[in-house]
Parts: sequence; structure tokens; C-alpha cells
Amino acid sequence: MTEIIHLAVIGLIVGSIIGLGAMGLTLTYGILRFANFAHADLMTLGMYLAFFVVGDLGLAGAAIGPFSFGWGMIPAALFAIAGVALFAVGSDRVVFRPLRERGSGFLTLAVASLGIGIMLRAAIQMIWGPAQRRYTTGIHEAWTLFADVKIKPDQLLIIALTAASAVVLYLLLYRTRLGTAMRATSDNPQLAEASGIDTERIRLATWVVAGGLIAVAGIMFALQSQLRFNAGFEFMLLPMFAAVIVGGIGNPWGALAGGLLVGVSQEVSTEWIDTGFKPAIPFVILIATLIVRPRGLFGSTI
Amino acid sequence: MSALLEVRGASSGYGSVTIVHDVSLSLDRGELVTVIGPNGAGKSTLLKAIFGLLPITAGSVRLDGSEVTHAAPSRMVGLGMSFVPQTDNVFPSLTIRENLEMGGYRRRGDVGERLLEVLSLFPELKRRPGDTASKLSGGQRQALAIGRALMLDPAVLLLDEPTAALSPARRGEIFERLLAVRAEGVGLLIVEQNAREALAISDRGYLIVDGRNAHEAPGPAMLENPEVGRMFLGLEEPRYGDDASPPAGAP
Repeated sequence: MTEIIHLAVIGLIVGSIIGLGAMGLTLTYGILRFANFAHADLMTLGMYLAFFVVGDLGLAGAAIGPFSFGWGMIPAALFAIAGVALFAVGSDRVVFRPLRERGSGFLTLAVASLGIGIMLRAAIQMIWGPAQRRYTTGIHEAWTLFADVKIKPDQLLIIALTAASAVVLYLLLYRTRLGTAMRATSDNPQLAEASGIDTERIRLATWVVAGGLIAVAGIMFALQSQLRFNAGFEFMLLPMFAAVIVGGIGNPWGALAGGLLVGVSQEVSTEWIDTGFKPAIPFVILIATLIVRPRGLFGSTI
Repeated sequence: MSALLEVRGASSGYGSVTIVHDVSLSLDRGELVTVIGPNGAGKSTLLKAIFGLLPITAGSVRLDGSEVTHAAPSRMVGLGMSFVPQTDNVFPSLTIRENLEMGGYRRRGDVGERLLEVLSLFPELKRRPGDTASKLSGGQRQALAIGRALMLDPAVLLLDEPTAALSPARRGEIFERLLAVRAEGVGLLIVEQNAREALAISDRGYLIVDGRNAHEAPGPAMLENPEVGRMFLGLEEPRYGDDASPPAGAP
């Protein structure tokens, strides 16, 4: 039983990362109306942009309390958030917006995002190489929750940051004029435009928010695991899409819940199945959702 | 002095298919003008083209003396024109209050005062402003759609079949509200299938047939025109009978 609880805690950490990434993915899905397959590579970009500051520039700084990283991670995270948001906005201006103006549909935009993802992945490999990297090395003490269930301070931070990000996103969407306009644009972009809402500005804001969320998720992933040029694409793309669909497309809270469900399920499953089959779990959840409840567990709306 | 809204020889359609041919109409401040015609005559296309949702391929649109022929809807809204589509005219997941706030998105400063003014026109929306629009009845939803469009104090309000699919009682309520809006000095251009009720309260009416101007007259006079009546209003033969289907466009 202790082992299952231990796996569930790991699942909660992995699920937090998936959920945080999926919240951004579902926002772009709901407001920009296409499946952004480059989202996982934006996650990789985020983790490497932070590495640029703490690794390449050597600005790791002194360690922060019990965490594995130093004070340099704070400006590194801000740099990563700004960099990914900028890249996302740039890709919209250069690729997605011209396609939208031509009246391109869901499939064209999704395939274009696949291309952006491939280019981004290749660029990251060219710049930082194929080798695995870490923000810091060394052994970091884990805290005992109870019995043999342990958790590292970094992992607790991951859960706390995901919860904090969800609260901030909620406040943005439900307590600000911009957030209401984002929900309105998600509901009906034509009517939003006819109401005088600058929907192009709303789309840009969506890219910034989604880019920021996925950059943080990327750093969390690297803290929990390690950096690799294809980390996002290989390990996070499918779980994030599964989370989005399980939670209901366009519903950030559903995506977060979906992420936690996928994370916990795939980790706990290793109690009974070989770890090598773990990546199949999001597929199973995805297919089961599409058959039983195609609109997701929580419905498709922000 | 030029009319508030002046459409001259406008043509429009979808892609290479022209639906509206050389249509002209005008609208003044505080005037209620109804466009009637059979199904497929191009009435809704005309409204969408005026608002900039469809391209105008020939002719011109002037709003308060300014040329706005090819202006996008977002610019039209800024210039004082609002549009209420026939369907999908509210944000279903937003509350009543949020729907109205989004209608006033471009307002500078506090929208609260205008929100109260609009709510006073539609008391049924006042009771539960926190309800989401998806829970509203057809009549309430239409009231919200009109309220949303009024949030920016438009000079011109275009309405595409505002009473479609409503019961006679609800239709009457909506027409009453439109008269109240007109009393505020707003120019209303309405496309209506419930032609008799709409023309009865209209200052003027336009009959559009096959995408072209067919007739123009004061609203009540249009009702009395036997030709218009026979063809589109069901006032004369053929009557709705056991073996006769209603004429196209009849209420």
C-alpha cells in the first residue's frame, strides 16, 4: 500500500506538470481553435531558455534553502517565460495569423504547428546538442511525508506552483476584463469582433498566457527529470493532449484535473505493469474518454 | 442633410455568388425601418454586408456622412453601428452581466452606468444578472442580444430577424423594446419575417425581391399595398388554406 501511495505522490507531481502544460494547450485550443502540436516543444524551449541563464551564462546563484537550484533560477524562469511567450507570439504573427486570414481550417493550422515543433526541436538540438543536461548536479535530501513515502522540496514546489498558477489563471479569466474577453472570444469569435473586442489582441494575449504556463511547466519537468532536446515532444505531448480531451477541450480546470488523472494513473499503473508500458496509459484514458464521454469530464468551455 | 445611414447601389454575396444586387436604402436618427421579402431574397445578406461581415462588391455605404463601404465590423462598432445576428447572438458561457460588459468593451471608463441604463430597458435581465446566457429562454436571450448591442450607445442598430422563433407574446415584447430604443434616438434597421407586426410599427419599409429593391413605402402604407400584401404578407389571395401553403416570407 505504501508503494502505491508513493507512486500516487510521484503521479501527482508528474500530473501537475502535465496539467500546467495542458491548461495552456487547452486555452489555445479553445480560443485559437486548433490543436497546437508545437506546444510540447515550447515546453522544451522553456526548459532550455532557463538553462541558458543558469547553465550557459553560469548565473545559477547561491542555493535557495532546501531546493536543488539557486537564486539564479528566478531570473532564469522569467527569461524563459518571456522568451517562450515571445516565440509563441512570433509564430502567430509569421505563420498562424496569415493562415487565419486566408481562412485556413483547423487541420491546416494543426499541421503548421507540427512543422513549427519540428523546426524548434531541431534548433534546440543544434544549439544545445543531443546530450542530456541538468540545471544542477548533486544529491538533494528528500523529506519523509510518512512511512517510506518521501518527497523532494523541488517536487513540493512543483505541486505548489501548479496550484498557484491555476489560481492566477482563474483570477485572470474570471476577474479581469481581458479574461472575460478571452472567454467571449472562445465562445464566439465572430460575435466578439462584432461587439468591438479586438480579437487579434485577445489571441496574442492567449499566446502570452499559454507560453508563460508552458515555460514554467518546462522548468518543472527539467527539475523533476532532466533536459533533453526532445523531452517535451517525447514525454509530454500525448499526456497533455489526453489531459485536454479528458478535461473537455477549452476548459483549463478540466485540463488540470485531466493532467492529474493522467499523471497519477500512469505512475500507479507501474505497480502492475512494466514501466515500459507506462506511456500507453494516456492513450488508454484518451480512447476511453472519447468513447464514453467525448465532450470530456467537465464539458468544453472555459 | 444626408441620412444617418445611406446605402447606395450595394451589391454583395458569398464568394463569386452575388445575392444582393444594386440595393439602396436609407435610415435616419430615431427611425425604425424594416426590410421584408421572401426567404432567400438577400435580406440578411444585405444586413451583413452593411455591417462589413460580407464584402460589398459594388455601391457604397455611408454612416453619418462618412464613407464606410469596406470597413470591418470592429471599425463599424467604433463608428456607432451595432449588429444583432439572428442566431449565436450572445456569449453562452458568460453571465448576463458579462455579456453586457463585453458589449461595452470599447467604452472608456466605467461601463456600470450604461449597464444600468440598458438593464432598465430589459427588466427581465435585471433579476438575475449572474445567470449564464445559456440558461436563458429564447425571448430573454434576444433581449440580452439587443442589450449587448446597445452597450456602446450606437447611432444605428441592425437587427437580423429579432423575433424569429419567438411566441406571439414574446414577439410583442421585443417590438415594444425596439420602440423604446427608437425613442432614445437610435436608428433601427430590421430584417423581419414577421412582416405584418414589424411594418405596423415601422416608419418605413423596404421590400427586397431576388436581392433587388422592389418597393419602398411608409410601414403602415406598405401593409395596405395590395401587391405587397398578396405576395408577401398573406393579406389577400392565396389565403392560408387547407390546401395552400403560406407564401414565402409570410408571417
